[in-house]
Amino acid sequence: MERYLPYSKEVVQHFRKPRNLGKMKNPDAIGEAGNLLCGDVMRIYLKIKKSKKGEIISDIKGEVFGCIVAIANTSMLTTMVKGKTLEEAMKIEKEELIKKLGGRDKIPPIKYHCSILALDALHEAIYNYYRQNNLPIPKRLEVEHERIQKTMEEIEKRHKEFLELERGLLK
Amino acid sequence: MSFKGERMGKKRMRVYMDYAATTPVDPRVLKAMLPYFTKKFGNTMSLHSFGMEAKKALEDSREAIADLMNAEPNEIIFTSSATESNNLALKGIAFANKEKGRHIIVSQIEHHCVLESARWLEKHGFEVTYLPVDKYGLIDLGELERAIRKDTILVSIMHANNEIGTIEPIEEIGKICSEHGVYFHTDAAQSYGKIPIDVKKMNIDLLTASSHKMYGPKGAACLFIREGVKIEPLLHGGGHEFGLRSSTVNVASIVGFAEAARICKEVMKKEAERLTKLRDRLIKSVLKIEDSHLNGHPVKRLPNNANFWFAFIEGESLVTELDMTYGIAASTGSACSSEKLEPSHVLLAIGLKPHEAHGSLRLSLGRWTTKEEVDYVIEVLPKAVERLRKISPYKGGW
Repeated sequence: MERYLPYSKEVVQHFRKPRNLGKMKNPDAIGEAGNLLCGDVMRIYLKIKKSKKGEIISDIKGEVFGCIVAIANTSMLTTMVKGKTLEEAMKIEKEELIKKLGGRDKIPPIKYHCSILALDALHEAIYNYYRQNNLPIPKRLEVEHERIQKTMEEIEKRHKEFLELERGLLK
Repeated sequence: MSFKGERMGKKRMRVYMDYAATTPVDPRVLKAMLPYFTKKFGNTMSLHSFGMEAKKALEDSREAIADLMNAEPNEIIFTSSATESNNLALKGIAFANKEKGRHIIVSQIEHHCVLESARWLEKHGFEVTYLPVDKYGLIDLGELERAIRKDTILVSIMHANNEIGTIEPIEEIGKICSEHGVYFHTDAAQSYGKIPIDVKKMNIDLLTASSHKMYGPKGAACLFIREGVKIEPLLHGGGHEFGLRSSTVNVASIVGFAEAARICKEVMKKEAERLTKLRDRLIKSVLKIEDSHLNGHPVKRLPNNANFWFAFIEGESLVTELDMTYGIAASTGSACSSEKLEPSHVLLAIGLKPHEAHGSLRLSLGRWTTKEEVDYVIEVLPKAVERLRKISPYKGGW
C-alpha cells in the first residue's frame, strides 16, 4: 500500500472494494450532488423503515462518477449511515467522514470537495424524503439544500462563462 | 538493455504506457552522459582543455540534433525544456518583431506553455488568434490563410498533439507562412525523433524539440531558429548559445539528448512501423468495448498514441484502477485533481462535451512496449471499465 502515498489505506480499500455501491430498486428517496462538468457526481439511494426510534435507514446504496477519493468516501459514508435514524445520519459531520478515511493530511487538499460531496448527496436524499412525504423539514437541512443547489448553479454559471471566454477567443 | 525484468515485477505485471508523459533514459544514452558529470565536467566557456573538451561535446551534440531535422548546427539553441523553448519562440519573436506587427496565430490545442505565453503576450499589447480544429484535431488550412493579416508576425502550430496524437499538416502550413512572409514555429516535442522532420523542406522557421520524450534525460531541449530569423533572448547574461540563451551549459544532459537523437535516427523507420502495428492492434481491440470512442485521427496520428473516451465513467478513477489493480501506467484528460473546473482543452476543442472528456484515457507506447504488454492491456481494460460502470449513476445512459 505504501506505493500509493497520496492516499490512506482506508481510501485505497474502499476504492478497491467499495461497500453498498450500485443501483437500488424502489428506493424511498434519492439524493444527488456534484456536477458532470467537474467530473464528480454522487447519487445516494435510501430505504427507510419506521420504528420507535424514528425513521431508520434500513438500506443505502451509492453511485459515483468520479475519482478514487469520491468513490472511497461514498462507500465509507454508506457504512456509517446504514441502520441509523435520519436524525443521527444528518448529524454526521464532514470532519468525521474525513477522519474515517485516514484524516485530512492523507487527502490531497484539492480532493476535499469530493470528500464532502457524498455527504451532500445524503443530505439531499434525506431532504427529498421529508419533502415527498410532506414531513416538516429541519431548518439545518433546508439551509444545506439551498447551499448545495447554489453550488450547482455557480458551477453552471462558471461553465457558461468559460464557454463565453472560449467563444470570445475565437473571434 | 531490455527493461523487461524490472518492468514485469515478480509479483505482477507493471506496464508503462505513458511514454507521451516522459520516457526512460536509454541505457546507451546514460552511458554517453556519465563521463560529463565527473571526468569531463568543464565549463564550455573556459579557455583551458577542460573547457574545450566540454565545448567540443556541445558542438558535436548540436550537429547530431541538427542532423535529425535537416538543420544547420548553428541554428540549434539548447534550452532546459520544451516549455522554455516555446516561451522563447513566442516571446522572443514577438518582442523582436513588434515594429512589423503585433498579431500572432496559434491553434487551440497547443500545449499550455504555448497558450499561456500567447495569453501573456496579449497582456503586453499583442493580439492572438486561436485557430479552432476539427473533430480530429486538425486545423483548417483555408482558415489559417484567412487568419493571416498584414501585421501577423508569427504562426505557432504544433507538429503532433501531446494528448490525442494528431499530426498537423505542417509542410502545408510552412508553405502558407512562407508565402505570406510570416514566421512559422512548430512545437515538435512529441514528434521529433518519432517521425521524420525536415525544416528546410517543411519551411519551418522555429522548432521546439525535447530530450525526455525521446529516451534522453530531462533538463535538455532545443529551439531550432532558422538563420536570419529576428528573435530576442529571454535570458540575458554571459552570452551562451549565440547570445540567445545565457546560462552555464548543461553539457551532460545535452550529450544525452544528442545520443538519443542519434539512436532515434537509426531506429525511427522500423520503430514507427512496429509501434503503428501495436497501436492499431490496441485501438481495434479497445473499441470493441461498448460505448468507447477514439479521440484524434485514425491515421494522421503519432505511431505511439492511442486516446479513447469511455462513456459513463471518470478518467481519473480509471487511471487509478489500471494502476492499482493491474499495474498499468496511463493518463487522462479529466480534471478532477486540477485547479480548473474544465477537463482537457484539447478534448473540448475537438468537440467533446465535458462529461465525455472526463472519461478519456491516453495510452502511449514506446521503445520497450511489447506485444505481450499491449495484449495484457487489451485483456484487462474492459474489466476496469466495467467495474467503474457498475458503480456509476450513468451506467444506463447519461
